[in-house]
Amino acid sequence: MAEVEQGCELLSAGHRACGGCGPALAARLLLKATGKNVIIAAATGCMEVFSTPYPETAWGVPWIHSLFENNAAVASGIEASLKKQGRSEKVVCIGGDGSTLDIGVLCISGAFERGHDITYICYDNEAYMNTGIQRSGATPYGASTTTSPAGKCSLGNQHQKKDMPRILAAHGAPYVATASIAYPNDFVQKVERAINTPGPCYIQVHTPCCTGWGFESGETLSMAKLAIETGLWVNYEMVDGEVVKAKKVMRKPVEEYLAKQKRFRHLFKPTRQDGVIANIQAIADANAERFGIDIKRKGSSE
Amino acid sequence: MLEFMEGSHAVAEIVKRCRPQVIAAYPITPQTHIVEDLAQMVANCELDAEYITVESEFSALSACLGASAAGSRVYSATTSQGLALMFEVCFNAAGMRQPIVMTIANRSLGAPLSIWNDQQDSISLRDSGWLQFYAEDNQEAADLHMIAYKVCEDHDILLPAFVCFDGFILSHTYEPVALPTQEEVDAYLPAFNPYQRLDAEAPLSFGMYATPEYYTEFRYEIDQAQYRAKEAFVKAGREFGEQFGRDYSALVEGYRLDDADTALVAMGSICGTAKDAVDEMRDAGKKVGLLNIRMFRPFPAPEIADALKGVSTVAVLDKNISLGSGGAVGTEVKAALSGSNQAVYDYIIALGGRDVRKRDIAAVVDLAEKGKGDMFYGLRTEVL
Ligand SMILES: Cc1ncc(C[n+]2csc(CCOP(=O)(O)OP(=O)(O)O)c2C)c(N)n1
Ligand code: SF4
Ligand SMILES: [Mg+2]
Repeated sequence: MAEVEQGCELLSAGHRACGGCGPALAARLLLKATGKNVIIAAATGCMEVFSTPYPETAWGVPWIHSLFENNAAVASGIEASLKKQGRSEKVVCIGGDGSTLDIGVLCISGAFERGHDITYICYDNEAYMNTGIQRSGATPYGASTTTSPAGKCSLGNQHQKKDMPRILAAHGAPYVATASIAYPNDFVQKVERAINTPGPCYIQVHTPCCTGWGFESGETLSMAKLAIETGLWVNYEMVDGEVVKAKKVMRKPVEEYLAKQKRFRHLFKPTRQDGVIANIQAIADANAERFGIDIKRKGSSE
Repeated sequence: MLEFMEGSHAVAEIVKRCRPQVIAAYPITPQTHIVEDLAQMVANCELDAEYITVESEFSALSACLGASAAGSRVYSATTSQGLALMFEVCFNAAGMRQPIVMTIANRSLGAPLSIWNDQQDSISLRDSGWLQFYAEDNQEAADLHMIAYKVCEDHDILLPAFVCFDGFILSHTYEPVALPTQEEVDAYLPAFNPYQRLDAEAPLSFGMYATPEYYTEFRYEIDQAQYRAKEAFVKAGREFGEQFGRDYSALVEGYRLDDADTALVAMGSICGTAKDAVDEMRDAGKKVGLLNIRMFRPFPAPEIADALKGVSTVAVLDKNISLGSGGAVGTEVKAALSGSNQAVYDYIIALGGRDVRKRDIAAVVDLAEKGKGDMFYGLRTEVL
């Protein structure tokens, strides 16, 4: 346990994240939204490792890390303890996509079913980055990772992203949202709404990882934006299980997003994989259809 | 006043009087009666605690860890497969120095599946940093919870503890137990005073990541706290004796050992049978005694060596097996007595609920005196 260095930012600079780290930006924005009256329950992963190498910590709010897969259970205990003591801190879990969509599902499901007053933030960088870019349940179809590598007889990851927001909405979560660091104010507002909504709330925030995805560290925000503009990521809110709001876009072809990242390079070189690219376009089209995000062009006949 | 009650109920009644603020537990035989009783106490407003009905033992201990770090006294109970599922959290809770008290209604581990008693579960977690206390009877099982909270929460210790009592043999057995009143327990066990807690007024980071420059020192400090827990236990056990008339200041307790040639060494309820067997052997003119190990972690090696000073032969009854090596208690007793010229033999016995009778204990003593040991006792070779 280490003393916290207090600066004006609640997440102090000087942590060990790669330059241009999307999750690091999400953490800063998260604390802007929560303010000081919060307790964070973190999961093992990049964010935990880059922010708390003993004896230094970047966290200016009370923070606890136990294991990779139990932050929702740890948070359940914290929330119960605070309730018993009549304390007012908000309890916020933060975990990567691997922690949240894969190994931690048991604890999260239990915590949501029991209805603890917690907010769970999943920072989604679409793979296990801390251990060297292995696939997770959030890795997009067609992405090459170290455990779903592209090769002579593989086109990369075979599966689509697990729909965790819908799974948690089905648990009866009153507020579920997706967000992106490309839209910081939107993310901050969603966190504020979640922590002020009684009961278990969930936000999955898209946080590109330059190291794991293979793009220049200065392009993190534009990559996040492109994900939205292609329809491969949709920012939406679900209240009591119903989608109430989704960000509309003039969609660009998915190729514009894919071609900028090394994890999709095998789709273009040495030979173009038209079939796979078409499949990815179909995923974006289905997203657009489900959430109704397409802005109709003026003068279109529809 | 003595009341006749089930062991699990006695434990629940004492836990209630220890005023845990957060309870998180998951049902598993033979522990379940304890957490059912506690749930009913909460439902009846006899116990003012948050009771978290977790979806697994893994979450039970994780929730206890979070609640403890946030500043609450916590309680859980489990056994066998449930404890195995907690393995990762056990090491973590000790490493984070949370004074969690957990009852273990000892049971064997599968495969093959067995719901019956031995001590494989808690003993398999001997390296986790948890203190481990073993009860001989239900009175002791109940009493040890008060002592455990006192020792664990001592700011010089800050470690979690297992209070172990044998599944079914104690947990489901009715015995007379003296239950202290709430006022008496309050007088013995002060309200929880966390050393540090998660608190927005004074932010701290818990459970950080340590490089090789720091990791060893963290482990060293836990090890040191384990050894300090001996003194804390002696003190808490003596204070208990002063207040309640039952003294638990001994980490190991000898029975008719003074002039014994052969000593049995055991943990838990088997000591009751062993005492009766010792009495019978004494009546038949054999100089036999018993050493009951009350505290397995920290391991009281010097206390054991001291208690066994005068005996020439030692027979350890091990209700566990470190497969490919031997019984855990025997291995450690041998280490404690190394260089002493005493003959120490280990007997793997009473696994998976196999009954041990007085004549089995006498047979073990015979084997030891003939120099035969380090073996499974009573193996049914006909089914091999
Ligand atoms: C039980 C367990 N299994 C595996 C690991 C190894 N591990 C640590 S972090 C991690 C991946 C984290 O992935 P994610 O949650 O997506 O966070 P990221 O590193 O991408 O930020 C893995 C596999 C572990 N710590 N614990
Ligand atoms: S690997 Fe990715 S997520 Fe991890 S610190 Fe670097 S940029 Fe951030
Ligand atoms: Mg990840």
